[in-house]
Amino acid sequence: MAVVATGRSGGAGSALERAPENPLTAGLERLPVPPTTLVIFGATGDLARRKLLPALYNLAHDGALPERFHLVGVARRERAHEDYRAECEQAIRRFSRREPDPDVLAGLLEQVKYVSGRFDEESVYERLAQVLDSFDERAGEPLNRAFYLSTAPDFFATIVGHLGDCGLSRRAEAEVRVIIEKPFGTTLEEAHALNRRVLSVFSEAQVFRIDHYLGKETVQNMLAFRFANGMFEPLWNRNYIDSVQITAAEDIGIGTRAGYYDEAGALRDLIQNHMLQLLCHVAMEPPVNFTAEEVRNEKVKVLDAIPEPTPEEIPGMAMRAQYSSGHSGGEDVPGYTEEEGVAEGSRTETFAALRLEVDNWRWAGVPFYVRTGKRLARKITEIAVTLKPVPHLAFSQDGSLGVRPNQLVLTVQPNEGVSLQLGAKIPGTRMVIRPVNMEFLYGAAFMSQSPEAYERLITDAMRGDATLFTRNDEVEAQWRICDPIVQAWAADPGPLPLYEAGSQGPEEVGALLRRGDHWRAI
Amino acid sequence: MTDVVWSEQGTTPDDIEAALRRLLARQHAENNDYVPARVLNMIAFVDRQWSGEIANRLGGVGRYNASRLLVLAYEPRRERLDARVAIATERRAPGELGLLRETIVVEIGDRHLDDLLTIADPLVVTDMPTLLWSPHGHPEALDALLPLAQAVLVDSVDEAVWREAIDRACALSREAYVVDLAWLRSTPWRERIAAIFDPPHRRRELGAIAKVAVRHHPASTVAGMLLIGWLAARLQWDVEPLLGHGEALIGKARARRQDVALRLQAAPEQQVRGLAGLSLEVSSGRRLSLDRGPGGLQAHASDRGAERSWTLLGASRGEQGILGEGIRQALLRDPTYVPALEAAQAMLP
Repeated sequence: MAVVATGRSGGAGSALERAPENPLTAGLERLPVPPTTLVIFGATGDLARRKLLPALYNLAHDGALPERFHLVGVARRERAHEDYRAECEQAIRRFSRREPDPDVLAGLLEQVKYVSGRFDEESVYERLAQVLDSFDERAGEPLNRAFYLSTAPDFFATIVGHLGDCGLSRRAEAEVRVIIEKPFGTTLEEAHALNRRVLSVFSEAQVFRIDHYLGKETVQNMLAFRFANGMFEPLWNRNYIDSVQITAAEDIGIGTRAGYYDEAGALRDLIQNHMLQLLCHVAMEPPVNFTAEEVRNEKVKVLDAIPEPTPEEIPGMAMRAQYSSGHSGGEDVPGYTEEEGVAEGSRTETFAALRLEVDNWRWAGVPFYVRTGKRLARKITEIAVTLKPVPHLAFSQDGSLGVRPNQLVLTVQPNEGVSLQLGAKIPGTRMVIRPVNMEFLYGAAFMSQSPEAYERLITDAMRGDATLFTRNDEVEAQWRICDPIVQAWAADPGPLPLYEAGSQGPEEVGALLRRGDHWRAI
Repeated sequence: MTDVVWSEQGTTPDDIEAALRRLLARQHAENNDYVPARVLNMIAFVDRQWSGEIANRLGGVGRYNASRLLVLAYEPRRERLDARVAIATERRAPGELGLLRETIVVEIGDRHLDDLLTIADPLVVTDMPTLLWSPHGHPEALDALLPLAQAVLVDSVDEAVWREAIDRACALSREAYVVDLAWLRSTPWRERIAAIFDPPHRRRELGAIAKVAVRHHPASTVAGMLLIGWLAARLQWDVEPLLGHGEALIGKARARRQDVALRLQAAPEQQVRGLAGLSLEVSSGRRLSLDRGPGGLQAHASDRGAERSWTLLGASRGEQGILGEGIRQALLRDPTYVPALEAAQAMLP
């Protein structure tokens, strides 16, 4: 007998009930997803069109949706169900990673309903409840419900509040979950307030805060790399590791995201969430098991071990810059403030770098360098772990590049893989050493195409598996680290360093490095 | 980048292997944006006259192609060993490294059959799993090559005599991991059945199943046997040989609480190989059926007079998709196939 969560969320969260195991799931690659109605708030927005609807189609194509599945779109503009279905079809045809099968697409869209209205109107939720009840009635049993908040962040609290007020946050004999897109607040205070609001309506077990980076196969592979290979873990500490460098560089500008990006900036856009998550994956202790709670407990411990920067420390551990015009991909490209939609004289950073310390037994004294930027020389996301140099060199370094500390590079994109830089003898009569690379590429070793992050995350949320979602204390711990920097930068009237588009980033970033360290070339 | 090719008549495995190394080195020197895929060896023993058809089938599996494919093309009266090596490039998204896949076709005759192992051994990549496939029969050749393989690809519905197919798969499974395409065709069915009984209040019904009827393509009796075998193995039913009953096979299994009536029926209207439908009845009288339909499986449930129908969405993978899945499965291990197969063997009439 196994203990399973059974969807009795009518009280204060799910109760546990003893139920027999399902012996039919043994050996299946895809575990069952309970019957669910998914409600997308912001159903006509960019994220829904580009990511969520195509992800749902691909899940349907693969037979990975629940055996009973319904989709409800909620958005402001008035439109008939048929019109919304046509919009869904258009979005799926345009953005799906595969050509849609007409029968599957028709089957998916057949059940789609649309509810129009402003998110602060109670009548929207009353009509939504009617639609949800009608699905349950047709199924002859209460279906699980998942509310996906894919709206502007300003609406998160409003929607959550109305879901609670209208009795939609609980359902007897079924699970109710809420999936919340990023950004989860733009300051620590906002994140804290939003958490309070959300948790006044839902229990933490019902809340799934999306950080789509965690849905990437490549990020999950980091855990396999660290915890499934005995050769690295003995070295994975301050005794052998000299520094860690995490880079998320993009060669593109802000595209059509000026409205969002000019408010957010590089620190909030990438470091506060994705990059701190990468750091957690590098620095966390091995969890007892891979359940959501154990994995997230270990990540929170890492975040808690990073000291909150004081105003005095910030100039020495954080820097920002903005791209000016330059050349990218062989073309002239405008500077950030010349991009369409960017406020004149904007001081939003398009590059941010931090030097962080993880003050615990394993990592004390090891600097973690984190940097991200737009319009850099190329697109790459990688984690470079530099090992300490050997204590004594018996070889001559004359006439070669010399012996360098070993470097282990985990590349997240574009060529996911692991590279280990070693010293090797140059063929010849003399004992001369130079660095060589031992490369492993995931693409060369696996056949399968990785599913889109949203396919994995939507499925996990419907199954109630929160391992790849951010917990409330995790979000707040991330903000605790970043918020003082956001505040300090907002209060700093000084000139913003510039870097040329298509370059390696601002020269000033070198000031963050400990003596002897250097940034890897982008 | 175009594919590079080498060929030689009257060659030896050592020459072929050396040529392959030279081609890879040349390819790398010309463009180091490509790296050799290193996932899986696949040895296909085929009749030379049908080797084009096999090439077409493998050509359709796309990224699931083995990283090194060795085709042993058999022509009974052939005296000479001829070979052709091709390295194909697979371009990935812009900025990503491309992959190289190697195909070696060696034409062999009767006189080479005793030396299959020494011909094939130098041509597979060491320390990489090897999948063996003999789509045109030739069990002796397959047995001879088994020491090289960790996995064997079979399609139990291809065997002329389906009873022998089950016995053969059982025997092979004692030597290597068997990937059976007949089993893989039933994956969506097994996933859906598992999902329907997954909600905790439904799990208890698994112990109360009283009737199972499976409908299948007339040439896919094995597929039906495997599905019932899977239910029997997972639910710990004791099974006994089925009996012929007109066009059907019928019998019973003993579950913990009651007997389960079993029925296997050919569905002549079914155009594609595999399963056509399944009906389950639990002792309370609730009935559930799944039938192949456009866009997925059509589900129908009836319970105390209430009737409900719905579609379980999913696209057909087609035969090429099934073959690709079969190749991919060589790298995985499904612990439920052999128990299902053994239960199917125990039900053989």
